[in-house]
Amino acid sequence: MSKTLFDKVWDTHVVRKIEGGPDVLFIDRHLIHEVTSPVAFLGLKTRGIKVLYPNRTFATADHNTPTINQHLPVADPLSANQLHMLEENSNEYGISYWGLGHQKNGIVHVVGPEYGITQPGATIVCGDSHTSTHGAFGAIAFGIGTSEVEMVLATQCIMQPKPKKMRINVNGKLGKGVTPKDVALFIISQLTTSGATGYFVEYAGDVFENMTMEGRMTVCNLSIEMGARGGMIAPDETTINYVKGREFSPKGEAWDKALAYYKTLKTDADAVFDKELTFDGATIEPMITYGTNPGMGMGISHDIPDAADVEGGAATYAKSLGYMGFSEGQSMIGKQVDFVFVGSCTNGRIEDFRAFTSLVKGKHKADNVTAWLVPGSHIVEAQIKEEGLLDILTDAGFELRQPGCSACLAMNDDKVPAGKYAVSTSNRNFEGRQGPGSRTMLASPLVAAAAAVTGVVTDPRTLIEELV
Amino acid sequence: MAYDKFNILTSTAVPLPIENVDTDQLIPARFLKATERVGFGDNLFRDWRYNPDNTPKKDFVLNDPTYSGKILVGGKNFGSGSSREHAAWSVYDYGFRCVVSSFFADIFRGNCLNIGVLPVQVSPEFSEKMFAAIFADPKTEIEVNLPNQTITLLATGEKETFEINSYKKNNMLNGFDDIDYLQSIKGEIEEFAENLPL
Repeated sequence: MSKTLFDKVWDTHVVRKIEGGPDVLFIDRHLIHEVTSPVAFLGLKTRGIKVLYPNRTFATADHNTPTINQHLPVADPLSANQLHMLEENSNEYGISYWGLGHQKNGIVHVVGPEYGITQPGATIVCGDSHTSTHGAFGAIAFGIGTSEVEMVLATQCIMQPKPKKMRINVNGKLGKGVTPKDVALFIISQLTTSGATGYFVEYAGDVFENMTMEGRMTVCNLSIEMGARGGMIAPDETTINYVKGREFSPKGEAWDKALAYYKTLKTDADAVFDKELTFDGATIEPMITYGTNPGMGMGISHDIPDAADVEGGAATYAKSLGYMGFSEGQSMIGKQVDFVFVGSCTNGRIEDFRAFTSLVKGKHKADNVTAWLVPGSHIVEAQIKEEGLLDILTDAGFELRQPGCSACLAMNDDKVPAGKYAVSTSNRNFEGRQGPGSRTMLASPLVAAAAAVTGVVTDPRTLIEELV
Repeated sequence: MAYDKFNILTSTAVPLPIENVDTDQLIPARFLKATERVGFGDNLFRDWRYNPDNTPKKDFVLNDPTYSGKILVGGKNFGSGSSREHAAWSVYDYGFRCVVSSFFADIFRGNCLNIGVLPVQVSPEFSEKMFAAIFADPKTEIEVNLPNQTITLLATGEKETFEINSYKKNNMLNGFDDIDYLQSIKGEIEEFAENLPL
């Protein structure tokens, strides 16, 4: 029978099917961090259970870490305790632990691929909804709750009903200044924040085929923002070239065996999806959000839609615009910007910093803007320096911080104050997401750069002739 | 973690007719620093419930003594966003045992089922009827019957059936969790792991 890429990977990992219930799914790789793991370890202790396969779990501290002075003790006692618990639990159960100060420390969805933990055709989970990032490699990767973290630690399995399947095709040539982030925000704006709930998405078409792994990760990362459990892209030469030779990638004979498996990972020509959508990439503009969920986005040259033209209730829409301080029919161009955040598991990779730097080169940060540039990992941080980007950024008045999730969820001190506006390359513009009362406009690194140098929302296409 | 068994729940309900209630509203990230599952109910809907100076916002439904009960009735696409199980813990710890919506986000729904909060998905029409009935009479009682998979407005007898898979239903009825089950098939899992492609 013809199968989709998703079917192939899922079915390969089903230990047992429960009639009228979920599948028991085996998990190849499990990533943990300090926030969603402590109660899971507590559960193991209460039940007196060991970790079944400690070498399949990897721990890094990221959500709750400072992005300056990481060599100093963490000041907030609650954060310090959570970080300490991750270290203690990892040591007790024999799990690789990449804590603050460790060379491999960084955002879980950035370091996983960098070290080859992420593999095509693998099942990967983490107590974080942006685990969908790893789908860029043709893996089934999705976020789980803490009860499921405990299940994976105890038995390397979770129990999930098989989701429905959706394919999203985007073909055509992307316009000037249109990045993978814009493609993702465009798709979410078309589907709404719940349009893919209950589905697992496969992205197909030449727009994704032509993307780098970094770009594919940005797209798959945002799958959850339209409700999908995850999104994936069939592995190809780009994928294999990225994976080969990384520290935890298979080596020697194991690599040959893995390669043979990777090559089976594509949707059969006559496989059927529960839903299929196709978009023309040439129609996509640089995007920006104007509301309080990622589905409330539009091309940056458009005006904020009227309530009558959007799906959903007028009261919820009015509440959302009211929170943002925006009105129907307004243009976003020229809106106030107080903060610019570049980073997160969505846009904290080297390409994102290259794009940002390409636009700010030879210009200067606007005085009214506070900019936080936070690399996703030490590898990204090192690349920024080696490629000379840091010198350009410094000349333009920007500073680089240390790796972590930072202002994406503002668990640490990187908080946008109440009422202030941030153009952010992260993934969520929920009320208070970047700090209580903060107002977030999601956008690409290029749109963030344009805002950072002009001090207001600006179409990046107006600033440079030739963009990378 | 053990939770109370769920059988038939009869209660008044708290109405929250807002769409896309996300996990950052259910429990803001700054309250995720605990290492034990205690006290999360205090911060449920923290920023909708309290002013920055920690005084209650009078117009928020949880601060309105008119409404109370063990059932929370939310708008469409309830629980979108993060995988933080803390969102479901907050709902449970506050005292809700059931959340009703015309549409749930996937991970939140799963988290609820794993910790003993029953997510009941109703039709948009029934959701409207529920909101209308609760606003008309805040003391109106609703019966959530898990064995029969029905939700009933007791004042009028209007009811709807809801879906839940038989495995999860059995877990909820008995207070079981998935780890009990997975532990019982550990041998099968270990054998399976021997023959994986990666």
